[in-house]
Amino acid sequence: MAEFSLEINGKSHTVEVDPDTPLLWVLRDHLKLVGTKYGCGIAQCGACTVHYNGSAVRSCQLPVSSVAESEITTIEGLSENGDHPVQKAWLEIDVPQCGYCQAGQIMSAAALLERNPNPSDTDIETAMNGNICRCGTYTRIKAAIKTAARSQTA
Amino acid sequence: MSKVKTGIGRRSFIKSVSLAGGGLVIGFNWMACKRAAEAEAEGTAVLEMPDEWFELNGYLKVGDNGVVTIFSPNPEIGQNVKTSMPMIVAEELDVDWNNVVVEQAPLNTDVFTRQLAGGSQSIRQGWETLRMAGATARQMLVMAAANQMEVPAEELTVENGVISHKNSDQSLGFGEVAGAASKLEVPTEVELKNNADFRIIGTSRKNVDAKKIVTGQPLYGLDTYKDGMLIAMIVQPPAFGMELKSMDADKVKEMPGIVDVFTIDTYPEDMEKEWSDVAAFSKLAVVVGESTWQVLKAKKALNVEWDLNPELTKEIEILEKSAGMKDATGLENTDIHYSLMADVGSKKAEVVRKDGEPEKAFENAARVIERSYTCPFLAHNTMEPMNFFADVSGGKAELVGPIQTPEYAEKSIQKRLGMELEDIDVQMTRMGGGFGRRLYGHFLVEAAVISEKMGKPIKLVYTREDDMTNGVYRPAYHVTYRAALDGNNNLTAFHVNAGGIPESPLFANRFPAGALDNYLAESWTLDSNISVGAFRAPRSNFIAGAEQSFLDELAEEMGKDPIEFRLEMLDRAKNDPVGEENDYDPARYAGVLEMVRDKSGWTSNSSTGARGVSAYYCHNSYVAQILDMSIENNEPVIDKVVCAVDCGIVVNPDAATNMVEGGTIDGIGHALYSEMSFKEGVPQMSNFDKYQLIRHKQAPKAIEVHFVENGIDPTGLGEPPFPPVQGALANALYKATGQRFYKQPFINQLKNTSSDLKT
Repeated sequence: MAEFSLEINGKSHTVEVDPDTPLLWVLRDHLKLVGTKYGCGIAQCGACTVHYNGSAVRSCQLPVSSVAESEITTIEGLSENGDHPVQKAWLEIDVPQCGYCQAGQIMSAAALLERNPNPSDTDIETAMNGNICRCGTYTRIKAAIKTAARSQTA
Repeated sequence: MSKVKTGIGRRSFIKSVSLAGGGLVIGFNWMACKRAAEAEAEGTAVLEMPDEWFELNGYLKVGDNGVVTIFSPNPEIGQNVKTSMPMIVAEELDVDWNNVVVEQAPLNTDVFTRQLAGGSQSIRQGWETLRMAGATARQMLVMAAANQMEVPAEELTVENGVISHKNSDQSLGFGEVAGAASKLEVPTEVELKNNADFRIIGTSRKNVDAKKIVTGQPLYGLDTYKDGMLIAMIVQPPAFGMELKSMDADKVKEMPGIVDVFTIDTYPEDMEKEWSDVAAFSKLAVVVGESTWQVLKAKKALNVEWDLNPELTKEIEILEKSAGMKDATGLENTDIHYSLMADVGSKKAEVVRKDGEPEKAFENAARVIERSYTCPFLAHNTMEPMNFFADVSGGKAELVGPIQTPEYAEKSIQKRLGMELEDIDVQMTRMGGGFGRRLYGHFLVEAAVISEKMGKPIKLVYTREDDMTNGVYRPAYHVTYRAALDGNNNLTAFHVNAGGIPESPLFANRFPAGALDNYLAESWTLDSNISVGAFRAPRSNFIAGAEQSFLDELAEEMGKDPIEFRLEMLDRAKNDPVGEENDYDPARYAGVLEMVRDKSGWTSNSSTGARGVSAYYCHNSYVAQILDMSIENNEPVIDKVVCAVDCGIVVNPDAATNMVEGGTIDGIGHALYSEMSFKEGVPQMSNFDKYQLIRHKQAPKAIEVHFVENGIDPTGLGEPPFPPVQGALANALYKATGQRFYKQPFINQLKNTSSDLKT
């Protein structure tokens, strides 16, 4: 066990955990930030996607010891009132079915738009290919990303 | 309007709602202040909560300020009933949807009739009761207003939660009369609206949980964290056919954060099981600790010995062969499964339906076309793995988590723990997918047994690997179709011989039964120790695609357009049906085919790529799909799928469209990419690196959904779009490659022959 200070959603947190504990479980078990989901544990499904210094990463494969002092953003901190353009687009298109993967999808989409404000269909498919949606909301996710892109550039 | 007795249905509605107790209700302890449905979804205004609630029946309560809480009775697995079921109540209540708060109802079999997510039945079977719930409450509110205004109730009109008397220019809000209404008797007869008067049903309303989903609020079973709660994980046998022999837990017990390590027997032999208690492994090793990661590490370090389970490994003789257990180990193999199915499937089997003289027609045939189709086991792979919270202590059990069958789960706990039903509280969370997997609540029973043993609250968490390798899988199926053609290329007989491990996918009375004078349906099964169960559109999820592929090939052999060919047969089934057991409506079947033909421009062949069609009826709904695709860089690219759907009245059109889109993608994904195979009983896919699920790049570029408008009472949508698209895909693949596809997942054949593909 060791103590780690983390910068999550603009707030400082201190946790005492094993150094190899993945960020995912620190978020969920220790900080009760449960918006970041467990899906596979091997970075294959994207349900656990968070932003790490602005990039989309899989928190299930990120030991807490490697992220201390970095800036982490989770779905809970993507916006203060749930009004990030991607979140708004998700509501407008009414994307979710079961909804379990959607936080990860949104975090991947937000990171995509951050580096590419006007992505093509292929850009979207490539950037989002690591996020599985078992309900099959892919066409709506693509539509929502385009809606968010339009709203950001408008 | 039509008057209906409130006592109709499977149970007296009056009796049900009376049991809920009317009158003043000041908040349930499980009720937290919530935003209104629409406001929630749009992230706009927050409703002010009333000071007092008045419960008019078990489905709803009205606040003194006119805000209405509607309880959604059924489990939510992503099929969106948490929005659509309350919409039906709100419709008959005549409340402004913006003033509605939706809550997941508690499990209460006294009030609610079928709290189950399965068979696409929530809307269909809830339709009448949900309408009565709204209509009786509306009538009580109107009566109370009439009393207060001192005018006849018949002269009152209701709109958006306001009751008006035009002649005397009086109006009262629901909140103003809710208290008086709650003291009135529940009416024995109510008027239901005519379809033409619907204001909410048939209009698109946003998912009531959407805002919480996109902001990451706790919603799912796995999000349950309670004070003093420990994390539990199981260690299960590595192979079907094996069982726990011994365990050396000493070292693991010393690991940091580990509280206890022990074994459990979830289902002792003398326990009377519910149908939902399907589980391959009863004896499990259990690790309990303080945090998920600590338990995960301990679970990996745990030394467990396994043995062959003699109960599951005895020789099973089938047609002079042992089914997958030739070596008497009982450790089954996928390659043996396939060869056994092909062998058994080529022989005579149990005749389930016979019309006319099919054997004679085949003897006299000028040509017989015979094709066999097969598919693998599938894992459900809900994105949220199996999990459940359990707190069994002080003679009571509190269980919180994702379960499609809470009523059965409660009974299982009653039997397993020897408790009274009233001491068991099963709470339904939103589920990260169901697809049939969570019909089988063994994980809930395991959680309860573990909690009882610990005397502490625990949350049982399956890893993805546990989830995928401890499946209640979609069975492997096999079907052979034969068609007899005479010298003039007329279809004179049709023969289907279907079976599987361990159930048959046959629906003997579905199309094309009823459309042919000579028809034969046979069925067989092979035994197995691999646990199986319902998977989205059970049995239809394979046989639809197979049948629709065969009809496509048959139409081609007969020189007919595949849609015209089907319509001709449906015409026969409509005008001069054969047999009396046909379980589909030929007119509605033909309706979706005609609609998809027209909407897709089939006749003008406007498609630039390869195109396939399919149509199927299951779970009371009709779906036809036309799929356009091409092959690019040896990969299938699905350009577009056009869907025509007849599910009667569409309660929530945009959400229904979403469901059809999702079912279409899911159907394509599983037919094209997914399989679970076994080697010596060991599931060969244990996570998403090996088990292929369809991803963004592989999804159709566009999906168009059209609904038939016929005003018929609604049927379900969770399952019906899933099966037929597999046939449309196979038929389009044929057009794209020149090859027929008989074995799922199709990607294997596509990869093997990709160099020969026409592009």
